[in-house]
Amino acid sequence: MSGRYAFFLGCVAPLRYPGIELATREIFKPLGVELVELEGAGCCPAPGVIRSFDQTTWLALAARNLALAEKKKTDIMTICNGCYGSMFEANHILQHHPEELKKVNEVLGKVGLKYEGTIKVRHFAEVLYKDIGMEKIKAQVKNPLSYNIGVHYGCHFVKPTRVKHLDDPERPRILDELVEATGAKSINYKDKLMCCGAGGGVRSRDNKTALKMTEEKLKNLKKVNAQMIVDVCPFCHLQYDAAQNDLPGYNIPVIHLSQLYGLAFGLPRDKLGLEAHVTKVVL
Amino acid sequence: MLCYQCGTCTASCPSGRLTAFRTRQIIRRAQLGLKDEILPSDDLWLCTTCYSCVERCPREVEITDILFILRNMAVKEGHMADQHKRIGENMMKYGSTVPVKEDVMKLRVKMGLPENPPTTVGNKKGMEDFRKVMEECGFDKLMKGGKK
Repeated sequence: MSGRYAFFLGCVAPLRYPGIELATREIFKPLGVELVELEGAGCCPAPGVIRSFDQTTWLALAARNLALAEKKKTDIMTICNGCYGSMFEANHILQHHPEELKKVNEVLGKVGLKYEGTIKVRHFAEVLYKDIGMEKIKAQVKNPLSYNIGVHYGCHFVKPTRVKHLDDPERPRILDELVEATGAKSINYKDKLMCCGAGGGVRSRDNKTALKMTEEKLKNLKKVNAQMIVDVCPFCHLQYDAAQNDLPGYNIPVIHLSQLYGLAFGLPRDKLGLEAHVTKVVL
Repeated sequence: MLCYQCGTCTASCPSGRLTAFRTRQIIRRAQLGLKDEILPSDDLWLCTTCYSCVERCPREVEITDILFILRNMAVKEGHMADQHKRIGENMMKYGSTVPVKEDVMKLRVKMGLPENPPTTVGNKKGMEDFRKVMEECGFDKLMKGGKK
């Protein structure tokens, strides 16, 4: 099924940072990838909150999204670690536990859907890395970048590795390589793999605690003079971007990998939606 | 449960490093069946589900999955923050965790995207089906105060 993916938008990208949505649509065109529209898809649903509230609802809503993609005969591709985490784990449960699949299909039957368990859940960074590859990506770089970039992996991209088998949880390389394909440098910083602080419903329930974690990260990024933070998750993106409004002394632009590729591929700036960012992006 | 209380989870926890949240303590309490100490506690909601503890646990305890189960139990008993109930309301209204904001919709149009994304936000039938799935699972009742 390579070369064609059902494009799962999620919530935060289309409703807060439309530049992430549009940049993704644009960068996959020259790479020869077809993104299939997923009409009526809903929240993934968010792993930190909805899964914490009720796993039955969480699994059924995730299965609904998977069933919509399966109907299009494509794998589903996300641009968010949260969506990836939720749908990947839900898919794992549904593909390994027939009794769970049966229960979920009883619910989906009420809306005329059925999930057979035939598709894969993919993260766009993983698609770039594995399906497209560095050579094809580098060939599209029309505007080589030279920034010192602090890469933020986020938590649900490679973890939990017991189901994902994507990269090493303590020393992953995928995103560093993807960032460096643009000519930019991925710089090392303390606690690089630490959480941004937003997940698990902490941002919504206890923003002060979330901010404490974000400040730790920002402090470490500032210490090494990171010129921007590059993420692969609109929720981490939101956390870093909005937090700098609340925390004095920080002004590091926050860029989603799709937007970074947009810059490197020479997309017009107005396709990147940078004015939606709270922390001004001056490049 | 396989936990032998080594504390690797607590040592790996980004939240516990800055708060009084102690992963090992929650797991121990769960082993001892101390429901009344765990479920009403705010600490239960300080985990960001980052999976650092799960990756490092020498006994391969699925700590984050246990946290999810404990939180589900807490919600069922009616322990839920108002901020989290609001997320539940957003889900029922938009099929999304975050509400629609007018300035972002305007920016979408300016950028050449459709005002409403093709998700539940811009697809009426999709939203109806989404809501129906939630109702079938009792999510609407759960958000109104537990005991679904």
